[in-house]
Amino acid sequence: MRKLMRVVSVATGIVAAAVVSISAPAMAAGGGGEIKQHEWTFDGPFGHFDKASLQRGFQVYREVCSSCHGIEFISFRNFADLGYSEAEIKAIAAEYEVTDGPNDEGEMFQRAAIPADRVPGPFPNENAARAANGGAYPVDLSLIVKARPDGANYVYSLLTSYAEAPSHMNVPDGMYYNKAYSGNLIAMPQPLYGDDITLANGGDTSPEALAADVVSFLAWASEPEMETRKRTGIAVMLFLFVMCFVSYGSMRYIWADVKKSKA
Amino acid sequence: MASPEFKNPVVKWIDHRLPVFSFMHHELHEYPTPKNLSYLWNLGSLAGLALVTMIVTGIILAMHYTPHVDHAFASVERIMRDVNHGWLIRYIHMNGASFFFIVVYIHIFRGLYYGSYKAPREILWMLGVVILLLMMATAFMGYVLPWGQMSFWGATVITNLFSAIPLVGDSIVTWLWGGFSVDNPTLSRFFALHYLMPFLIVGVVILHIIALHRFGSNNPLGIDVSGKQDTIPFHPYYTSKDLFGAMVFLTIFASAIFFYPNYLGHPDNYIPANPLQTPAHIVPEWYFLPFYAILRAIPDKLGGVLFMFGAIAVLFVLPWLDRSPVRSGRFRPLFKVFFWLLLADCVLLGYLGGKPAEGIYVTLSRLATAYYFIHFLVILPLLSVVEKTRPLPQSISMPISGGGMGAAAAAKRGKADA
Amino acid sequence: MSETVENQGRRDFIVVATNAMLAVGAAAVAYPLINQMNPAADTLALSTIEVDVSAIEEGQAITVKWRGRPVFIRHRTAEEIKVAEAVKLDDLRDPQDDASRVENPKYLIIQGICTHLGCVPLGQKIGEVKGDFNGWFCPCHGSHYDTSGRIRKGPAPSNLEVPPYVFLSDSVIKIG
Repeated sequence: MRKLMRVVSVATGIVAAAVVSISAPAMAAGGGGEIKQHEWTFDGPFGHFDKASLQRGFQVYREVCSSCHGIEFISFRNFADLGYSEAEIKAIAAEYEVTDGPNDEGEMFQRAAIPADRVPGPFPNENAARAANGGAYPVDLSLIVKARPDGANYVYSLLTSYAEAPSHMNVPDGMYYNKAYSGNLIAMPQPLYGDDITLANGGDTSPEALAADVVSFLAWASEPEMETRKRTGIAVMLFLFVMCFVSYGSMRYIWADVKKSKA
Repeated sequence: MASPEFKNPVVKWIDHRLPVFSFMHHELHEYPTPKNLSYLWNLGSLAGLALVTMIVTGIILAMHYTPHVDHAFASVERIMRDVNHGWLIRYIHMNGASFFFIVVYIHIFRGLYYGSYKAPREILWMLGVVILLLMMATAFMGYVLPWGQMSFWGATVITNLFSAIPLVGDSIVTWLWGGFSVDNPTLSRFFALHYLMPFLIVGVVILHIIALHRFGSNNPLGIDVSGKQDTIPFHPYYTSKDLFGAMVFLTIFASAIFFYPNYLGHPDNYIPANPLQTPAHIVPEWYFLPFYAILRAIPDKLGGVLFMFGAIAVLFVLPWLDRSPVRSGRFRPLFKVFFWLLLADCVLLGYLGGKPAEGIYVTLSRLATAYYFIHFLVILPLLSVVEKTRPLPQSISMPISGGGMGAAAAAKRGKADA
Repeated sequence: MSETVENQGRRDFIVVATNAMLAVGAAAVAYPLINQMNPAADTLALSTIEVDVSAIEEGQAITVKWRGRPVFIRHRTAEEIKVAEAVKLDDLRDPQDDASRVENPKYLIIQGICTHLGCVPLGQKIGEVKGDFNGWFCPCHGSHYDTSGRIRKGPAPSNLEVPPYVFLSDSVIKIG
């Protein structure tokens, strides 16, 4: 038993050291990186998505973010996860146009989107996106929560940390001061001021609430399988715990007749 | 050597023509194993479990993956979002690599502590080092396949290392890349080789097990088996113990897959590869960090490469560096201390590998690298000569070391074959 | 003394329980490994398509792709419908009356895959060979289909298959 404990503590030590070395944030030269910690419904082993929040978040994305940011790995049919019915999804899709073709004349053409289509982005390619945004690329948001350390809190902080630059700092034209962004200067203007969208069923439209809703939506977009993953995980862990006990019992039963005299 | 009589006529018919059943019975069932093995001896079977898991999930992923720079990242996202249970299979494969290395590193340190590399097990040990090298190559190429930022830039940094080779370095790099930078030809060939190498690993593992069965397992006392009273058949004793160990391993593994699937990874790899933008800190996966630290510690490019590979080369020749006739660290009090220092040094190197190559980290990396080589090249050979070892026990069945005639006989038995 | 390999000694409940749970676990592990080969969500999403048939003029036909394979939609003329309905079932290798092959006789919707060995028959485009029965002609081995897509001559064993479809409205059908 002592040997086992030693092995486990050594293994833990190694993994801990490795993990610490990866997860320690690399502090940016020049400031930034102030990340607020927000409590999310999807945190922890029992995490879940609040569908109402996801729908509000989608609305924020549509009306505010989608003018610049794409969400290329999401298809309209995925919105069933948000609680929309098949008819509602068809209607949402029909409001968008996608490129199809070539037709019999050899030309590409526009048609209304169907649920099977991906959500079209605002720009046809990265170069067009940069050209329209002074050389800066508004990143695709499909994976943003997984693509940043502590992603949900990071995006939330980014959206709610615009501030007046300190007097000594010169903010060039086209840049904005943000306390969360590495280096403090970001090319994206503040997207949320509060009441940026009208909620059909009423609700909190403060910038913090809207930011939290859109972050929930983006967390879903990055990890739509999250709820299934955690639910399955709980079942698997319970099964394995029982297996550990039962296999230990078998082992002790089988080994009962071995006279061991260990030094 | 009694061949078992199988009752089943079909089994008997096959076994007479192709003795698989007799073979399995001898090697896994009746195979005599020291009866005092600790849980540290579970790690071989766990490594085998990890290897099978990686192969099965890998083949499935290959059914859905597209090895082209324009489609690789998207095909992985398709696996995560659209393929039935794709997220599960991908996360098992991704975290399985880490767990494979955790298991193998513990397995190696077990071997270091108990002298499992000493005569007559030198080839067993060296085959193990070959497996480690193949694993490292496989993991390196596998990490490139999702074609994220770290995939691309890690591949760029490591393949660029080969330019350090004098005269032919640049040609070799061009040859590796199939072009003038890491691009589609590189990705395609990495995919082909990544699919191939695990099967090479299986082959070397088979040799590893054959070598093991030649003399049987070492044991925590490091002394040879002296008779039937010291052993028990592998089945059902160690099969049941391996099963329990596997369940504990799977519990820890499952907690990673289902609740912290991206903890051991790097967020930058969820950004599609961009050859025009380098990430702020290029970091390999955690299991490469000690070697990365050694690589960066040496100020010269070629020197760094040589020392990095040297860190593994030194393992190859270990049986000839440590010539102490006593195998197990349990009876080598000085060796024990240096063992733990080595472990701490490796952990430190791992930590430093993840830090930027600046300031105090550089100094520490150099000291830790120097110590690593000093351990193997200076300390171990010295210890072989000067260390006063504790008296060895008489036998596995009677492990209390006694004085008098018994001790001398025991000491003789405990010596590794010359 | 040779020992049989069957009996390992007494099995107690705990060992039986362990093995039973192991079997359950193995099945639970095998399920996703096998099910992952079933069609993925994006493939399933394209398993039904909606087609607006109102743009097809009388006498004309369009081809749409459904589940990776062609579906022929022909807006039949009154003449073509009459001929199709008049055929005696005894004359057919694969007897099926026209009414059972269409929801709305004006539109014939059939799989464009010859039931012989899987080629795509000709007859969709103006000017293409339609065969002796004015329907479709398969150039691979010479099967002739009539204006209801039924096999009349040649080696094909059965009629061109009618895929599952419904009219969502007068002009839009959903196939699959």
